[in-house]
Amino acid sequence: MIKLKQIRKNFGDLNVLKGIDLEVSKGEVVAIIGPSGSGKSTLLRCINFLEQPCGGEVHFENELIHDKTNMNQYREHMGMVFQQFNLFPHKTVLENIMMAPVLLKKEAKENAYKTAMDLLEQVGLLDKKDVYPNKLSGGQKQRVAIARALAMHPKVMLFDEPTSALDPEMVGEVLEVMKKLTHKDVTMIVVTHEMGFAKEVADRVLFMDDGLVVEENTPEYLFSQPQHPRTIDFLSKVL
Amino acid sequence: MEFGFLLKYYKFFITGTANTLLLSLLTVVFGLLGGMILSLLKVSNFKPAEKLASAYIAFIRGTPLLVQLYIIYYGLKDIPMFAAGVVAMSVNSSAYIAEIIRAGIAAVDKGQFEATKSLGMSPIQAYRQVILPQAFKKILPALGNEFVILIKESAIVSVIGLHDLMYNVDTIRGITYKPFEPLIAAAIIYFILTATLSKGVTLIERRLQVSD
Repeated sequence: MIKLKQIRKNFGDLNVLKGIDLEVSKGEVVAIIGPSGSGKSTLLRCINFLEQPCGGEVHFENELIHDKTNMNQYREHMGMVFQQFNLFPHKTVLENIMMAPVLLKKEAKENAYKTAMDLLEQVGLLDKKDVYPNKLSGGQKQRVAIARALAMHPKVMLFDEPTSALDPEMVGEVLEVMKKLTHKDVTMIVVTHEMGFAKEVADRVLFMDDGLVVEENTPEYLFSQPQHPRTIDFLSKVL
Repeated sequence: MEFGFLLKYYKFFITGTANTLLLSLLTVVFGLLGGMILSLLKVSNFKPAEKLASAYIAFIRGTPLLVQLYIIYYGLKDIPMFAAGVVAMSVNSSAYIAEIIRAGIAAVDKGQFEATKSLGMSPIQAYRQVILPQAFKKILPALGNEFVILIKESAIVSVIGLHDLMYNVDTIRGITYKPFEPLIAAAIIYFILTATLSKGVTLIERRLQVSD
């Protein structure tokens, strides 16, 4: 479904991505782990072109994505969840979720409303539908952000450290929502520091360091029998 | 002090105030419109437009309103007096408003742009639905301040003979040989206008605070 070939990205002299290959098939859940500054988030952001890759190819459903691609249409297929939530503070929870479908898919308000209510029920926040984001806790905000991304019926969900900005006691509720998604056959790419989550729900785990994918495997193997010295070193520190 | 002249000449005050208000209102509308366009050009990634807007803003802010007014009134020979006043005031305030709006846009969190992009929204949709509403909320106090300044500075159009409040007050001073009292009346009227506006802006601010 998604195929990355030799993706490279540098910021000035800094080589953040040094040629990444990645293939993700439909329904797969891929977790990307690694130390800070290893390029995980940048890689994720290159997939929906929030960062323009400096080299390499992004393919989506067998189509090469490039400058001439209708980027907005392409991005409609990719839901993204940010570390800092990025909810629209001047809109209520319901408006946040309904905005994109009504605006971009010309969905009738009633339909968008129904979808939004369904999603709010899934993330357990029906009672907050008319509240403004600033009245929500971090965990609640992130669950709304997930619902907002899902409202576009994306084919892939990209999670950029979705729990890193949360108080520890709120991490669980967000991971719970994400776990439910994996049962629904949503294709997911998750950049995360939650090793427990990666271990439990990912079909495949990538370990990145210094702009490269150092090792990838199923979680059972990667976490119990890491091969590369850097993976071993990293895991010994975080587990 | 003696304010008996008010009874006889109050109509001068009324028409003068009406003209000042109309002039200010039109300037607010065109100044906002111009300021919005200028600020969007300035944040656009199209270099020539960016440069042009920057130059315009720098020039207008760096020259006196009085000179601008004269240039427009005497330069465009056939322009009606009132139109000259509106154009000069709008040209002037649009430059200041552009800078205010640009600062407001810059103050909106970068993540907001990213969120709109990730959902597939176009830049125009993003600005309309997400960025500008938040920017306006942030700049409302500065914008209100600019409008207050604009009402006060509108008095300058009296020099080209536009019958605004200031001009009519001068007329009354001439007729009545009272150099002082009509000015007090004018000051009070200007103050009522600006104070009402400030109050209005505060009310709008409070209403927008629901999402805080």
